[in-house]
Amino acid sequence: MNENQKHLLDEIADISKTSLQAYNIRANGQSVERASTEHIEIISKTDVSGIDIVIKPGTKNETVHIPVVIDSSGLSERVYNDFYIGDDCDVLIVAGCGIHNDGEEASTHDGVHAFHVGKNSKVRYVERHYGCGTGSGKRNMNPETIVELADDSYMEMETTQIKGVDSTWRLTKAKLADRAALIIKEKLFTHGDQVAETSFEVDLAGKDCRTNVVSRSVAKDTSKQRFLAKMYGNNKCYGHSECDAILMDQADITAIPEISAHHLDAQLVHEAAIGKIAGEQLMKLMTLGLTEAEAEKQIINGFLK
Amino acid sequence: MLELKNVCFEVIQDEKPKRILNNINLKIEDNKFSVITGPNGGGKSTLAKIIAGIEKPTEGRIYFNGTDITDMGITERARAGISFAFQHPVRFKGITVRDLIQLAAGQVNAESELCTYLAEVGLCAKDYINRDVDASLSGGELKRIEIATILAKKNTSLAVFDEPEAGIDLWSFHKLIGVFEKMHKQQNLSIFIISHQERILNIADEIILVSGGRIEKRGSKDEIMPALLAAADTCKYYKTEDAGK
Repeated sequence: MNENQKHLLDEIADISKTSLQAYNIRANGQSVERASTEHIEIISKTDVSGIDIVIKPGTKNETVHIPVVIDSSGLSERVYNDFYIGDDCDVLIVAGCGIHNDGEEASTHDGVHAFHVGKNSKVRYVERHYGCGTGSGKRNMNPETIVELADDSYMEMETTQIKGVDSTWRLTKAKLADRAALIIKEKLFTHGDQVAETSFEVDLAGKDCRTNVVSRSVAKDTSKQRFLAKMYGNNKCYGHSECDAILMDQADITAIPEISAHHLDAQLVHEAAIGKIAGEQLMKLMTLGLTEAEAEKQIINGFLK
Repeated sequence: MLELKNVCFEVIQDEKPKRILNNINLKIEDNKFSVITGPNGGGKSTLAKIIAGIEKPTEGRIYFNGTDITDMGITERARAGISFAFQHPVRFKGITVRDLIQLAAGQVNAESELCTYLAEVGLCAKDYINRDVDASLSGGELKRIEIATILAKKNTSLAVFDEPEAGIDLWSFHKLIGVFEKMHKQQNLSIFIISHQERILNIADEIILVSGGRIEKRGSKDEIMPALLAAADTCKYYKTEDAGK
């Protein structure tokens, strides 16, 4: 593993500070390191590029790390990772992608993740996207996440894209069974001429299932963002989506929440707010001695924290 | 010492200029506790904002400790020792009470020190320090945190408070009076408070009555208080606004 790759791994998954249990590290299109545990098995797919992660029922307090790093300019890949999480589990899954591109050709990682979460299981999924490098070649990431939550299961999904990704098209689809809960927290910062589109589709199919989709984003310079959140209330359920965005410079943000209720007891709420940093917020921090630029940085860092 | 010389502030309203402050001349000596009072719309908050650098006077000069600060921005004035507590404190998403007090205090602060400032304004640190300064806080809680940021800001030599009592319940406010008294006694600073609270007027070295954009009257509490209270009782206090026009 070279220095660029080590840097990327630390940015997306704090690898050097983490004691790994089950893991698969993918670098430049190849699986370079892997370990399974007694309860978590990682197996290569034979038909397409990617892995199956099989977590035995009852697995508790264990972690899976599956970072992807690319430092080869011009590499483009589509990878399929399927998670089969048994009943009664409680696990942390850390994924993420880092691209270092010093060349002129675009590097692209399209990760397709499918989560089959068993009954009464609890999953926390953390995903960080990061790009760096001096080349003019684009750093593109297009993640697709498909989630199926069985009865009484719970999944929390935290996605963060703060720096260096030129283009992102994110699609997240979920279907919830009885009493299942899905919490999605997205943090997104775009700058330069980057573009990012995130689209969530949640099918609230089970009785008493619930979801909360929260996106906080900042768009700077001439970057463009588009946020779509669709929730379908097909049973007695609760769904809430929230897009809160700070607009700067000549950036452009569109938020399109869509809620459809097909059951009398479906309760769906959406909120969307886009605006520049409030002048009073800047003023308050400036009266504490911060410059306008320092105040702006504090407000953005806090907002995306 | 703070000195305002011939300060005017004008805005354009209905395409006509309107004077909010009219030829204000004011000296605030070091270590003085001054209270600005007067009817709503009389120019008090504008005067405070002019001192903090949030508004620029359209005429006149402002001097702070001998330096002309008229053209200085908010940051420079804050660094020069002027602190300002807003009448309506702003809310932040993602900035915690700890962050805000830490920013006010500077970088090297023990947790216990940060908590002291909250305790002084009557907030239990462990309940508040990790909370966001957002809509989850009540107006009164936000107001107390605002005052705590002024206590935390170490270089303050002039503390300006715009109606610190607004939104705080009466019982808590009685305790806050002690905070202002303590600031006045312990620290080497001048306090400039916009207030209508009799208890604050009671502890002032000097009361300044601002009405119709002018300083109508100023003096010690013994000189001003009887007239002010008598006027308030008979509504003449509010008539002074009309008299000033």
